[in-house]
This record gives sequence, C-alpha cells and structure tokens, in this order.
Amino acid sequence: MSHNGRPDFIEIASIEPKVDLSLFQSYLNEVGSRGRQMLLPALHKAQELYGWCPREVQEAISLALHVPLADIHGVIEFYTMFYNEPTAKQVIRVCEDPACTLGGADAVIAAMQDKLGLQHGETAADRSITFEKVPCLGMCELAPVALNGDKPAAHLTADNVDAFLDGSHPEPVAQPYGEVRHLLKRVGKVDPLSYGDYVANDGYIGLDKALELSPEDLISTVESFGILGRGGAMFPLGRKWLFTRGAPGDASEKHIVVNADESEPGTFKDRCLMEEDPFALIEAMTIASYGVGAENGWIFVRGEYPRSFARLQNAVDKARDAGKLGKDINGKKGFNFDIEVRLGAGAYICGEETALFEAIEGKRGFPRIKPPFPTTHGLFYKPTSANNVETLVAMLHAINMGVDAWRGYGTEQSPGTKLYCVSGNVEKPGIYELPFGATGRELLAMAGGVSNGKALKGVLMGGAAGVFVDDSKLDYPLTYEGSREGGFPLGSGVFMVFDEDADIARAMYELSRFFAHESCGKCFPCQLGSQRQMEIMERVAFPEKETATGQGVMATDKQILLDVGFTMTETSLCGLGQTAGSAVLSAIELWPDLVKSKK
Amino acid sequence: MSETVTLTIDGQEVTVPEGTTILDAAKTIDIDIPVICYHEHLTGNGLCRVCSVDSGGRVQSAACVTQCGQGMEVDTQSEDVKRGRRTILEMLASTVDLSEAPEIQEMMDELDADAQRFPEGSKAREHEIMDDNPFYLRDYNQCVNCWRCVQVCAEDAQYTFALSFNGRGFDTSIATYQDNGMMDTSCVFCGQCVGVCPTGALKPKRQAMLEEGYDPDSIFEATRRKRKNKS
Repeated sequence: MSHNGRPDFIEIASIEPKVDLSLFQSYLNEVGSRGRQMLLPALHKAQELYGWCPREVQEAISLALHVPLADIHGVIEFYTMFYNEPTAKQVIRVCEDPACTLGGADAVIAAMQDKLGLQHGETAADRSITFEKVPCLGMCELAPVALNGDKPAAHLTADNVDAFLDGSHPEPVAQPYGEVRHLLKRVGKVDPLSYGDYVANDGYIGLDKALELSPEDLISTVESFGILGRGGAMFPLGRKWLFTRGAPGDASEKHIVVNADESEPGTFKDRCLMEEDPFALIEAMTIASYGVGAENGWIFVRGEYPRSFARLQNAVDKARDAGKLGKDINGKKGFNFDIEVRLGAGAYICGEETALFEAIEGKRGFPRIKPPFPTTHGLFYKPTSANNVETLVAMLHAINMGVDAWRGYGTEQSPGTKLYCVSGNVEKPGIYELPFGATGRELLAMAGGVSNGKALKGVLMGGAAGVFVDDSKLDYPLTYEGSREGGFPLGSGVFMVFDEDADIARAMYELSRFFAHESCGKCFPCQLGSQRQMEIMERVAFPEKETATGQGVMATDKQILLDVGFTMTETSLCGLGQTAGSAVLSAIELWPDLVKSKK
Repeated sequence: MSETVTLTIDGQEVTVPEGTTILDAAKTIDIDIPVICYHEHLTGNGLCRVCSVDSGGRVQSAACVTQCGQGMEVDTQSEDVKRGRRTILEMLASTVDLSEAPEIQEMMDELDADAQRFPEGSKAREHEIMDDNPFYLRDYNQCVNCWRCVQVCAEDAQYTFALSFNGRGFDTSIATYQDNGMMDTSCVFCGQCVGVCPTGALKPKRQAMLEEGYDPDSIFEATRRKRKNKS
C-alpha cells in the first residue's frame, strides 16, 4: 500500500506516444491539496492541454487528488465533453434539437459533414478537428446554432458554414424584448466585462440596501417579494434562505450554489443574463450570502456555455478587486464571501441540484435520494441554498425597486416579472420579460406571431420536461395559478412555437432522444424507459425508416408509450426521469392520431 | 427512547421507531414488497424502484429509502403501483438476460409481466463474457446495474475501489479503469462482489465450470494453470 492507505496501481504500458506531463504537473501541484473536488477542473485542464485525457494524465490526477483510478474513469465516461480516446483540440458541436431543427439545422449539419468529411463523433485523421452533433446548446432564439471550440455561432445556413469553420462568422448578441425591462435592463446596454459600467448603471445599489438590514429582516423582505424558484421547481426563495440559515453550522461551512446548468431544450434565459449582465448575478449572490449566512459561493455553469463562464469569471475577479467579494465586504466587519465559478462538462442531469453537488465534488452526476434536502445536507453535505440564476437576479431587482413596486407587477400569487424563452416558428424569437399575468396569446403577438403568416399547431410550454398545448390554452394567464388551472407548467419559461406544417412527431422524437442521451443511468425506470420511448418515437417520426425495432408504428406502441411514460413519471428517482415522458404523453393526448398504427 | 410513528400499510396499522423505512415497517406485519437492488447490509440507493408504493405523495415512493411518516397511508398493491412495477420488470426483461435470476422471474410471474412485450431489436445489454482471472467470470449481459458490486468494492465494505462505470443512461455498465482485466486493477479478489450479485452476472469460476460439466480435478488444473500464468 502507498501513503493514505490507497492501493498501488499497476503500471500499464501506454500505446500512445509519451505525453509531456510537465505543464499539467505544475497545475496539479497548485490544486492538489484541495483533493477530489478539483477533479472536473483538472480534467478540463487536461482537455485544454492535450485535447483528451491520456492514461498518464489520469494516473497523475489520481496521485495528486487522491482519487481511485476507477473513479476517474467513471467520471470521464459520464461527461460527454471529457474524452477517453484521442480527440482534436478543436471540437465542432452542432445542435440537433427541436428549435434548431425548426430553424433548418438539417441542411447545416449536412453541409458541415460534407465540408469536413466527418460524421458524428469522428476526428480528422490529422487530429485537427472533431465533429459532433449535440443536444440543445441553449441558444434556441438564434437557431440554428453551433459551437466552434469556445466560440458560439448563430443563424447558420449551408452558405455560411465555411465562415463558421474558419472562425470568421460573428458571435451572436442577445435579443431582449418585452414591455418592461427590469431583469433585462442592462442586457444589451452595458459592457458585460466592465465593473465600472455596471456600477454606473445602478450596480451594487441592492447590496448597499441589503446590508442596511439585519440578515433576518433581509430574509423577511425577500419572503415578501413572493419569488418562487425560476428553474421550474417553484420553491419559495425566502423560505429556502430561512431553512439554510437555520440549519446547524456556521457561515464558513455553508454554501450558496447557483444552478447555471441551464440545459433543457428551449431554455436560454440564464445564458442571456450571465453573458450580458454577469455582475448582477455576483451582486445577487453576495446579498444571498449575507441573508443566509454562508461564506462560500459557487456558480456551476454548463460546459456548453463557455462565454458565460468567461464573463462570470471576469466579473468575479473584478468584483473581488473592488472589495465586493472577499473579506469585510463593503467595509462591513466580518462579512466574508467569495465565489468559485465551475464549468460543467456535458450532462443535463447536473441541473438537478444534488447531481450538481456531486459534480462539484468530483463525481459522476448522479442525483441523490431526497430527503435529506440541500438546506441541511447540500454541497459537501453542508447546509446549502441552491438557486437558479433568474431567481437570484429577480430578487436583486426587487430589492432595487422595493417590495411595493415589485408587487405592482403581476398578481397576488405570482408577483413581479418573468423571463420567457421564445423560439421556434415565430417572427421575433428572443428573451422576453413580462409581468406575470400576460397570456400566451399576448406573448405570441408580442413576438410577431407565427412566422410567415402560418397558423399555429402548438406550443411547447415549460421546456423539454413540459407539455405541448394548442391554441385553446393560449388565453390562460401566465402565472403559477393560471398554469395550474390550464394544466401546463411555466417551468423554465420555455415557449417554443410550432406552425401548422411543423413535424411534431419529429420534435417528440428529438425530445425523447434528448432524455435517453441525458438519463444518468442511476434508477431503472428512467434508464430503461427513456431508451424504449426513443426507440418507439423513432419509428413514429420516421415511418419510412427501417429501425432496429422494425418499421412504422406498431399496434402496441401507444399503450407501451403510455405505460412507460406513466412508470417514468411515477417511479423515477429524480425530476429528470419524472418529467422525461411529459412532452410525449401530452402530445399523444393532444394529437391522438400521431401514434396510430396503419395495420 | 426513540420516538415512534404510526401508519397504515394496506389497511393494517403499524407502529415503528421513527426513521424506519416503509420496506422494514411492512416486513414487521408480513407484507412483502418486492426488491431487486436492495440489500440489507448495503447503502440503499433506491435504484430499481420495483419497491415503489403509493404513500400519498405527488408520485410513488421507493419503499427501501422512504421513511415512515406519522399517519401515512401506504398502498403496496394498488393498480398504479402494479402498473409501474410490471412495466419496470418488462423493460428489464427486454434488456437483461434474466435466466439466472429466479427471484426476478418469480416477481414477473406474480405481476403477469410479459417478458416479450417490447419488439425484437429493442436495444439490450451486449457484452463479451469476461474470463480474465482465475476466480470469477463477469457476464454483464446478466447485469441489472444494481450497484451492489461497486458498493462492496468501495465504502460499503472493502475500500478497494476497483470498479466504476462505463457510459451513462441505458448504456451504463460496470467497468474497471480503462477496461483493464481484473488482474490489472486494484482488485484483491475478496469475492464480496460475487457474493452480493443478485443475478448470474458475477459467478465463481469453479461454479461455472461445474455447471458446464467439468470434474473437480480438471477445474483444479484449469484454475491452477491460470494462477501459474499470472506473472
């Protein structure tokens, strides 16, 4: 046995040419003392240096971070952006999910494959470039989209693929809309990299106001805003802070975690906030830390948001330089708080808060059994307030404007404003801020209606885990109470429009493929059900195609889809599995002929 | 003196210490809830979900990890509970070779589950049988992903950490570092993984050879030869 009681691992001769570990070793020396929680950052560093994770690198990580080799292997296998086999440093990732398909992604993908001579998952012989078709990249308003390395690109066509591949295609900018601008007031108006610009545009007023209150009064104030979690779970923000504050433990061991793993097809609101107004999130977290009494801040950003990650990292560094993070913040003795920005690596499940904790801790992103809940047993099993990006930014603006002004918007039960992610067959896709209470029809009209003057077939509400609705549901107010009455979730504010000619079966297949791809594999119903659901939907969506399970719709398919959907919903371990059948079940109910056997 | 809670399970009232799981509470009144991944000496992870019951929540609860609550009304046999259970088993049967898992087959019979419900060609586990050490065979076509082997290899017993996973979702399978053969891992051949495997996925080599009709002498020869070849 070696030191720390870990077994010695048997050396295996490497097939690859020797890897130069010197650069990587200095990184490991720097972070090694922090142990396993540095595993994801270390693997990202390895990807950056080598383009993949060679054996020598994994073995060096194992020694430095004291993580068993098998566990490192399991982690690399779990996250799609880590590679166990040689891959190019330049990876092209092109979205193949519903909004991009509606926007013409098929032609873009075909053109790229043609130009590169590569199919999905292939790397050029000279190792210069790797090509992948990937799940939703969270830029649905700009469809079709892709990433060239860290560089996002929008409105791709077969004609601009060359410019995209050589890096000359311009990076997209956010498109904020809506009749009120609070959460979006700085989006597109300020330089997101400039601390000075933020301060000049009402930045850090909220923190000053919050610090005038006692933490207890701050929590009462936040409770009076009536803000429910905007990630889809709708837990009252003030209550969560109260529980975390009341949990045993002192501030040095409590955490504020921001769930910025926004990965649900159709959702892009948090990306807009993080890219265009990153300091707002930093300020909001600082206020949260004061209220909760938690000195450790974390932002977990999905791996497919490199721009958000860079801008947040910049904002954290500049806020720290300005004395807005660190020790004795704002000159207030004993008020300490700092933030670490973490990058995910391709796993939608890490948007489930406990899976997110596991990822930060350096493990496979398996959701945990609840209870216990994060407010007592969260990150590192310490009391944690895990909040969505929009939730915290809404709180910041409510503090800025005061409770009366905030409650002047919306309804009694759904006060304030809400962001909507409008995409698909609509004239003006983008991010929309509306007071709670507007209807779906009003939102659709604001977005210029269905594109090309076509009629509406349906709207995917709430996200991939949401439901399809038709015109009959568009007059319900978009509030928590209105959506409950209408039988659709507000979820993460997704409003994806399908016109009369849109291929709903194709969208259902893509959503079912998304869940099969993103199921973590922990519980049986989701692991097995998401695969079976996808297999059937493939035959439904492509009736002419000879698939592994046959061709065309079979007489037994509909009942199987209903049973599998029911079982995933009722018995899955976490929210992903419990909603993996939702969109498909809603579509079957709305359009019964979609899954109809011709035999 | 610990607190107790009183609840009803299938109409029967039962009082148990606070913190008792529904599964354990049901046992005390002779109500058997089916389980696959659960093992009384291992950390409960609530993976297989065939123990899901109706406990009055938004969705069903896994009895093996859900604690009893005061006044809870649990139904372990409702049509919805059976529908979920049956569907999980049918999906499992379409994925995994259950020929050496008699308990699971029995569960399927009881629920009238149809092992052929999914069309031919539905993706199933497909792995080579691994015969890479003198002690046991690994046939992951029979693996249900209950995690017991991974758990006993790690913090639940042995702290050897030879096992983790390949892939995720449907394609999850038990794996070693870089898919190395067991002899080239940190495995100490304690045998605990074989002991807790609920199917025929992990099997002592002696047993496998006996089943194939080899006599004890030739088995001894075969395994001894392997051992000599180690270095």
